[in-house]
Parts: sequence; C-alpha cells; structure tokens
Amino acid sequence: MKAWVFGDNVDTDVIAPGRYMKYAIDEIARHCMEALEPAFAASVRKGDVVVAGRNFGAGSSREQAPEALKHLGVAALIAESYAGLFYRNAINLGLPALVCAQAKRIRAGDHIAVDLDAGRIDNRTSGETLAAEPVPAFLLQIVRDGGLLAHLEKRLRGERASA
Amino acid sequence: MKQTLAQKVVARAAGRSTVTPGEIVTCKVDLAMVHDSSGPRRLKPMLERLGAKVWDPTKVVVITDHYLPEYDDESRKILRIARDWVREAGIDNFYDAQGICHVVLPERGHLRPGMFAVGGDSHSPTGGAFAAYMFGVGATEMLGVMVTGEIWLNVPHTIAIEFDGAFAPGVSAKDVMLFLIGRYGMDGGQYQAVEYRGPAIRKLPMQERMTLCNMTAELGGQTGLIASDDVTRDYLQREVEIWDSDADAPLLAHHRFRADELPPQVAAPHSPANTRPVSDFDQRIDLAYIGACTGAKLADLRMAAAVLRGRKARAKLIVAPASLRDQQTAEGEGTLQVLLDAGAELLANSCGMCAGYGQHQLGENTVAISTTARNFKGRMGAASAQVYLASPYTVAASAVTGRITDPRGMLQ
Repeated sequence: MKAWVFGDNVDTDVIAPGRYMKYAIDEIARHCMEALEPAFAASVRKGDVVVAGRNFGAGSSREQAPEALKHLGVAALIAESYAGLFYRNAINLGLPALVCAQAKRIRAGDHIAVDLDAGRIDNRTSGETLAAEPVPAFLLQIVRDGGLLAHLEKRLRGERASA
Repeated sequence: MKQTLAQKVVARAAGRSTVTPGEIVTCKVDLAMVHDSSGPRRLKPMLERLGAKVWDPTKVVVITDHYLPEYDDESRKILRIARDWVREAGIDNFYDAQGICHVVLPERGHLRPGMFAVGGDSHSPTGGAFAAYMFGVGATEMLGVMVTGEIWLNVPHTIAIEFDGAFAPGVSAKDVMLFLIGRYGMDGGQYQAVEYRGPAIRKLPMQERMTLCNMTAELGGQTGLIASDDVTRDYLQREVEIWDSDADAPLLAHHRFRADELPPQVAAPHSPANTRPVSDFDQRIDLAYIGACTGAKLADLRMAAAVLRGRKARAKLIVAPASLRDQQTAEGEGTLQVLLDAGAELLANSCGMCAGYGQHQLGENTVAISTTARNFKGRMGAASAQVYLASPYTVAASAVTGRITDPRGMLQ
C-alpha cells in the first residue's frame, strides 16, 4: 500500500470540488485532490493510503469527500487530526481514519500496512511502527459493516427478523 | 454539577440531568434540516434501500438553496428530486427558492432556545445563535437521524470567547470571526462547543450573532452557541426560555478580548485563517461579492448600504441577498436601492458563488473580495482566482475604490 502524503488543513473543496458536486461519485472522484496533486486521481491504486497533517477534511459537510477517496480505492486515512465533521463522514462511509501524532514521519511512496484493531501502522519502507489512537468500538463496527448505511441495514434486518 | 450551555442542551436531548465532556451519549433530535444538495438526492435512494421512512416528518425541514437558479439538466434533476421527495415523505416544512437554509430556518420560526438540531450542511452551527445545539452532518449520518431520530455525540467541552465593551462602528461579526480564526487556526475550536459571550456580544443583533455561530465551522468547533436573551425573544417574536451557562461551569478555555480594540479584518487567499487587519493590505480587486448565509442577510445588506449610499462601485459588485424575505425588507426600506444605485448586479437568493456549485463562478486570475466564509483554492471558481474575505462594510468600501479599503472612514 503506497502512501500519498499531503499537508495541513486539506479542505473538502480540494478533496471533492464544488463544481463537480452535481455529478455522481465517479465524476467527482476523477477530480479528487486535483488542485493539490493533479496526478492523484489517475494514479492512486486500490489499497493505497492517504497521509496528512492537521485538520484533514476542513470545511464542508459533503460526504462525497471521503466517498471519493474510498471510490478511488484508498484503504485508509492517516492524519495528525481531522476536521470533526469529515471524521464522522469517513466512518459513516466505511473509510478507516486513523489519528496518528507521528503521521508526518511517513514519506510519499512509503509502503504502509495498517492494523485497524491494534491501532498500528507499519512502515515497511522505513521499518518504523507508529501508534494510532484507538477507535471507539462502536465506530469500528460501523467501519467493519462497510459504513452506516450497511450498518443500519443489518440492524433493521435484525429488528424485523425478531419482530 | 455546574454545566455549560452546550452541556445543558445536550443533557436534555440525551434524557439526562447532566452530562460530562468526553462521554459519548445518544441524543434525540428535535429538528433536522437538509438542503437540495446533501438532502433528498442522497437520502431518498438510501431510505429506499433500507425500506425505511422518515421518523417524524414534522421535525424535518427541507430548504432548496444550492442549485438555484437551476441552470442545466443536473441542477434541474436535483431540484426535482427535492420537490418530489417532500411530497412522498409527507414533509410540510418545505421552503423552495426562499433563500439560504441557515437564514430561512430561523426566519420561519423553526428554532427555539434549548433545541437539539442537526443540519445537512457544515454551516449549521448558525442555529446556535438561538441557544440551540445545532451542528452539521453528512448525508449518511443524516440518514441515520431520518431513520432513528437519534444521533451519537461526544459531549463537548466549551471554549468561551468573551468580548467586553462594544465593537467600533464599521466592525462586525465577520471581523470577529476572521480575527479568531486567524488567531486560533481552522482547528482552534477542536470540534468542541464555542460559546460567545460578554457585553459586546449581548449588544449584537440576531443576524450578527448568526454570523458568529455560522463561522464557528471555519474555527473548527462542532458548534457555536450564544445564550438566549431579549434579543432572541424580539427576533423570534415570542417568549423564549433563557438557556445559559452556569456562572462557574468548567471551561476548556476562556479567551477575553476588548471589543473596541478590534479593527476590520481581511483573510487573504487561500485560507480564512490567513487574517490580518485591513490596514495591512495594499491590494487591487476586480470583483466585490456580497453573498452567502454568512454575508448577505438583511443586517449585512444594511452594512454595505451604509458605505455605498451615494457612491458608485469602481469594481464589479455582485449582491446575492441571503433570503427572499430579507431582500423584500431591504427593498421596502430603501437599502436595496442604495446597492443598485451603486451599480450592484443582483443574483438569486441562494448560495450563489460562495460554494462554486452554480453557473456564476470566478474566472481565471480574478481578484475578489467577498463576504463569504471560505476562500479555499478553487472553491468559488478558477484555481487561479484570488479570494479575500472581509465584512460587508469592507467589501463595500473596496468595491468603491477598487482596492482593499478600510471602511471606517466611509461610513454614513
């Protein structure tokens, strides 16, 4: 899994530009990050991770921001911190978002393995292991179910079966 | 246990007498607001997949504002879905082309002190001006609310921002927020509750308070709140409960400022945190934009008129009043005519250029000064455009001179 590294305060207008918000997610995703890294959308591969500094996802409530990253195959986010609204959206879309104080130790192109349960980030390029903050169990369950929609679907199915 | 305003509202919604910052609670939602972009177009297919219905249509408010005026097949389709869905879902609280959701919601009397509310838009903290706990959520999280009527919350700490004295003439809520965002950064709010208080805040009219709470989004708070008082009552035109923090409730931080020392502020491209006093700028502009929930309410239009009366704009001046009702009031009292006489071009009562969703966008290399909330690269149009953020006073003064200008010498 290759790391794509960005800085602080990456905003949702950069992740999912407003002028494409009227389209479906495949079109929005094509323009993901283009103001910062024009090659990103075309070059990112399934399983890659996005690494950032402080306050990743600042700005809008548009969940197409995490959705576009997930659509492009991004397997996890690693950042020093997230904008709170973006963080909730990432979890709700089933995109793991790890908080790691040492996120900036990761270099662009490093090979990264993420263990969500253990809250561990292995940098196979540098040999370093970084600790991520634990994710509350109920949020981890939403991510595991594939996001809040699938989570609710499971819950409602359970309620209907027991009714 | 002493509680802050935020804790009190959250505790009530969680069915508890008190709550502690950092604990996770489930709250019952009193009101859920959505607009055309994050609302029906995304909720409808998810509700259909779940075979679920809206938990309580009387608690849902739908307001169209992002894709108005419709200008192509996509925007027409998005609006049609909204109009069809409110009928199917039995939602009577539907405001179509009446203005921007954050302004229309309180204007039509949907907010009360002590309410716990969510909005499908990041500027939903605007509702906190009414001593409600209101914050923005994404569409899937809103789906959860629509199905269950509940939402989880990490009980916030409170950061108190206090202004003593009174703000100087020509200084507005927008200057306050640009100053605070510049000082504490876009994550200064730490996704906690930010409470604005003190004599200078008490003196602000309701729509100025809304601007404070609105831009708590750019300060990185989950919401902004202001205790209810006579100003709240007068705006809502009904008796209101007083919701306020206990005097010695524990705070995460307490910042105190002297209001009269604050000069007009301007945020340079491409961040609302890139703020300096207006006198620091020596900058030509092509376009002045007075628009958005945070910058084109009746109070904002009046500020612009106080500068523009009897003057002509040298730069291109575009005004998009935040609600139809505010525009009509401005028309009735002559405020709108002052703007038109200055050469303003009028756009529809919608989000307009602010988020770059519509047909009006900034062209390549345009230098603009704007009353909106965000000047992120490319947000309002071309990535090469340069957007400066400022108050309606400062934007109007800059429109007149064609340069970023301190409005304090131009007030009438």
